[in-house]
Amino acid sequence: MTIGAPIPHDSALAHATGAARFADDLAEPPGLLHGALVLSPVAHGLLAALDTATARALPGVVAVLTAADIPGANDVSPSGKGGETLFAERTVEHHGQPIALVLAETRDAALRAAAALEPAIAPLPALLDAEEALAHQAYLMPPQVIARGDAEHALDAAPLRAEGSFRSGGQEHFYLESQIAVATPGEDGEIAITSSTQHPTEVQHIAARVLGCDFNRIPVTCRRMGGGFGGKESNASWVAAAAAFGAQATGRPVKLRLARKADMAATGKRHPFLFRWRAGFDADGRILALDATLAADGGHSLDLTPGVVFRAITHALNCYDVPAVKLTALALRTNTVSHTAFRGFGGPQGVLLMEDVIRGVARATGHTPEEVRERNFAGAPNGGETPYGQALEGDLIRRVWAECRADAGWEARRQEIAAFNAAHPYLRRGLGSFVLAFGISFGVRHLNQAGALVHVYADGSIRLNHGGTEMGQGLNIKVAQVVAETFGVPLHRVRITATSTAEVPNTAPTAASTGSDLNGWAAHLAAGTIRGRMAGVAAALWEVPVEAIVFAGNRVFVDRPGDNRAMEFGELAHRCWIERVSLSATGFYRTPDIHWDAQAMRGEPFFYFSYGASVVEVVVDTLTGEHRVLRADLVQDAGRSLNPAVDRGQIEGAFVQGLGWLTCEELHWDEQGRQRTLGPSTYKIPGSRDVPPAFKVRLLSAAPARADTIFRSKAVGEPPLMLATAVWNALKDATGVERLDLPATPERVLMALAAKAR
Amino acid sequence: MAAPIRFTLNGQDVTLPEGTSPTVTLLDWLRGPGALRGTKEGCAEGDCGACTVVLENPEGTRTPINACLMLLGQAAGRAIRTVEGLRGEAGEPHPVPRAIAEHDGTQCGFCTPGIVMSAWAWAREGGDPHEALAGNLCRCTGYRPILDAMATLEDDSAPPPLAHDAPRLIAAGAQRFFLPETVDEAVALRAAHPAAWLLAGGTDLGLRVSEHRERPETVICLLNIPRLRRLEVTAAGIVAGAAAPYARLLDACAADADFAPLAALLRRLGSRQIRGLGTLGGNLGTASPIGDALPPLIALGATVALVSSRGERTMLVEDFITGYRTHALAADEIIARVAIPRPAPGAILACEKLSKRHDQDIATVGLSVLLTLRDGVVEQARIAHGGCGPRAARAPAAEAALLGARFDAAAADRAARALEAEIAPLSDLRGSAAYRRLAAGNLLRRMALRRPELPGEVAAVPAPHAPGFVAP
Repeated sequence: MTIGAPIPHDSALAHATGAARFADDLAEPPGLLHGALVLSPVAHGLLAALDTATARALPGVVAVLTAADIPGANDVSPSGKGGETLFAERTVEHHGQPIALVLAETRDAALRAAAALEPAIAPLPALLDAEEALAHQAYLMPPQVIARGDAEHALDAAPLRAEGSFRSGGQEHFYLESQIAVATPGEDGEIAITSSTQHPTEVQHIAARVLGCDFNRIPVTCRRMGGGFGGKESNASWVAAAAAFGAQATGRPVKLRLARKADMAATGKRHPFLFRWRAGFDADGRILALDATLAADGGHSLDLTPGVVFRAITHALNCYDVPAVKLTALALRTNTVSHTAFRGFGGPQGVLLMEDVIRGVARATGHTPEEVRERNFAGAPNGGETPYGQALEGDLIRRVWAECRADAGWEARRQEIAAFNAAHPYLRRGLGSFVLAFGISFGVRHLNQAGALVHVYADGSIRLNHGGTEMGQGLNIKVAQVVAETFGVPLHRVRITATSTAEVPNTAPTAASTGSDLNGWAAHLAAGTIRGRMAGVAAALWEVPVEAIVFAGNRVFVDRPGDNRAMEFGELAHRCWIERVSLSATGFYRTPDIHWDAQAMRGEPFFYFSYGASVVEVVVDTLTGEHRVLRADLVQDAGRSLNPAVDRGQIEGAFVQGLGWLTCEELHWDEQGRQRTLGPSTYKIPGSRDVPPAFKVRLLSAAPARADTIFRSKAVGEPPLMLATAVWNALKDATGVERLDLPATPERVLMALAAKAR
Repeated sequence: MAAPIRFTLNGQDVTLPEGTSPTVTLLDWLRGPGALRGTKEGCAEGDCGACTVVLENPEGTRTPINACLMLLGQAAGRAIRTVEGLRGEAGEPHPVPRAIAEHDGTQCGFCTPGIVMSAWAWAREGGDPHEALAGNLCRCTGYRPILDAMATLEDDSAPPPLAHDAPRLIAAGAQRFFLPETVDEAVALRAAHPAAWLLAGGTDLGLRVSEHRERPETVICLLNIPRLRRLEVTAAGIVAGAAAPYARLLDACAADADFAPLAALLRRLGSRQIRGLGTLGGNLGTASPIGDALPPLIALGATVALVSSRGERTMLVEDFITGYRTHALAADEIIARVAIPRPAPGAILACEKLSKRHDQDIATVGLSVLLTLRDGVVEQARIAHGGCGPRAARAPAAEAALLGARFDAAAADRAARALEAEIAPLSDLRGSAAYRRLAAGNLLRRMALRRPELPGEVAAVPAPHAPGFVAP
């Protein structure tokens, strides 16, 4: 069995020896030009002029391209709704907005010329603060509302009431490999693109839109990314479109690799959010009514914000039941970079809401947050549906929490912590918990499709291609495991290849945790088609029913008592070729059952839910606000894991990324709206010491996913990021502060303690 | 006479063609003309570690460095190993990359070559593995599998390859890269080329090339002057040549109980990669308002010696730093050395640093305190702060508040209030003025509340047992 085996990443050794090639490592085509972007130095203004002649005269510079030079549409909006330019026209809307592309013979020449270009911009007042945008009702799209029952009436009728507000911060993806694309002109208007992208199909569409050509002129390839995390979904598309534009304009290959600062200035981040809520509840802590507003700061343009807001609002109640609820989600427009997809896609922000509500209710009733949590889990005796009408599995919610609490040794730890806190003059330890129900599927229905192309060669070796992209998450090894399992061959017989729109077209982004669910199925179907044909050849040869042919152990044999006829898989492949039987097939998959009524804001948008729970212990220095996670216990539902080694890596890595978002990763814009955290010297992602020294991860056992998932596995890319939310709760437990905005930097913790002391 | 750039790369002698600019970064050369693209560029500012390569020192030690910050001129005469050089004789992978791969220590793999090189150096040099990884960011794995892999590593006992002598001058077009070998020579060059870059480790100046793509015409590199590399520990204290790397200063402080608090601070200064190149002279030369090392130097009463063809003069570090990024160095002077006096017996020394991240982060607030006691009463107090104003400086009011008192919680609180009143911090990306003020005072208060039997800060709270992973 390769399914369920803890097999290392297919490129692990190539990564570690430096042999794995990323886009910037590939041999450069002759005549390559290097690109550099001219970015807006101001947050908002009228673009008067750009003196490109001066830059053109600099040594090595070949071209300076602006919006006026674009042959097709100056439109890179992923939604297709427009309003998002490749290069600014008339106005600039945020600091770091691309204005022009410099192309030069060397990267140095391109960077120097881009730095020398000073666009003339007449500044306009900039809307920088989300609170201000909320006050001005500066929205990117109409509000989304999900309601059940009469929340206002239920609030009035509730025995007790509480309210709260808080903010969560943005997050830079900080993929180690910055954005890059190489565009190479071919014959007859073709521009071939190598892109570090999660969405080759969108790269194709947007490059074609900018160039004004058919999609079939733009083949897009991606072998691997040096990290993605959502940051190479829509943002990779405009980078690649710029490279393609340069290649078309000059007739020469163009590489556009963003320097780290340019990448961090010009590409979107996780949406910061504002939250406001009012809750009604009883003395037992049962929450009866909730009216909440979640306001996402979308930045200056729409990008993927509608989807982010949708996921935030559909996850705002998380795994809890509130009978009467009104959830309003807003998308604010500010003069900042357009915020985009980031692992969890609004879900991590959405699930913060109930954590604040639970602590508010606990404070008001004298119960512990954990008691309030348990009292309000969805499922009997409470209601078992999300407010938009999809069933949650109350038994799994209770199981992940019970197992995690037991793993953590909650009661004993409480006592140890109390003893430590009583003895120490200024350090305080605290415990926090979190439970998650995360819906799996793209919120946009048509993205829930995937294709694969499988070839078996006459020696029995297999070439696998599918629409998913590899960003380190182990998608390729998982899909290869599926194919090896389907053919009953060892994994090394399956060759993993670069994602290519020329091989599998019209794909979805590799996002929303769905990579292995969708592409695994598509590859399984493709392999199954070929296997069926091969079985037919074997059945005819051996004169047995096709159902009696079995593929296992690199052999094909007759599964009948006393019948020992068999041959090597490769031998049968060769025979199929001789018999003129096709050994190539495509597979296509679309997720069944999902539906959504956007008018009623009801439906079943998710194929299934993934569940998880966490308990985290922190220690806080109450004199400096410094803090540290000492231990984390996680339980994650991965169904029947396709690959526990890969899944463990996803869980641990996601948790640490979530920890960074909630604690040390802080984006800073100055009063003029210039982003000042533009590199790892100023933007601090977790380092190795920040990882919990005691870090226990348990995959939920005996919990197969629904029968029509791929080998009954569940998605695992995003959900564990949210398990880090327990850190926030633990910090509040340790400090006793009521409001703690995020990220909970040492400064926010200390200032919250100071506010509490006043 | 100008000579070509020659160094040892992965055990092989490499001589670069005439005309190769000495101010190209090692990273750009490796990935470009060197055709070794295993070493990656993640940030080009020395903070992510994706470009980590290792200096194989003649005495057998290994120094990880950021190839994005080292200029080719600095590399001349050294032995450098990149990830491509970690192979057996038959080309088989070295045990370090193998261990990282087998422990699931890679996901996207972009940071991995740098992590492999840091781990390879660590397998010989030892120490806290977190400290060894502080200069390597991984965004995928959460580090746990990397640390697990590191725990299995052993030193490969490979001897250092032969190194070459460095030339005294590298010339390319109009560029001149001087590598003087005596102080006299350096001083004469400085007088002759007042606009030249004075380069030691290059962890700050290297950014101007790596990020800003500058191409200095003239560079005077001080790395090959034995007198400036010297580091002496005596009964009087430590004398560090201006071009001695932080790594050696840290080793000296770690081996000397009187300087243990300074050693603890230096472990958080940059990363192993930065400390392998960066120098005290460089830190003084930039006169940063934060300059992690400046508050302890000021508190300890360190002096700096400046030399020129006119002679030598010595002044207190606190007098050398004159304002926001300004100092007392004359146009014809170079920084020769820093003398750090040994604290008096029984003195209390604290070197505190607050930052968003514990490791490899510039201080939001730095505070160093040296209290000399007589009969339990503070006889002399030297308190220095960084990040609390335009320059690192002393806090006279806070010092005065402690004189003649026992150093207890009440005295510390009085001094903290005085400190909060006398500093004028700014609000910036690292923290607000209000936070800096409060935290600076609290660092003083915390000193008096520390108890030897309890952990003094969050980093010192013992880690509980790690239970691991449970698959169904």
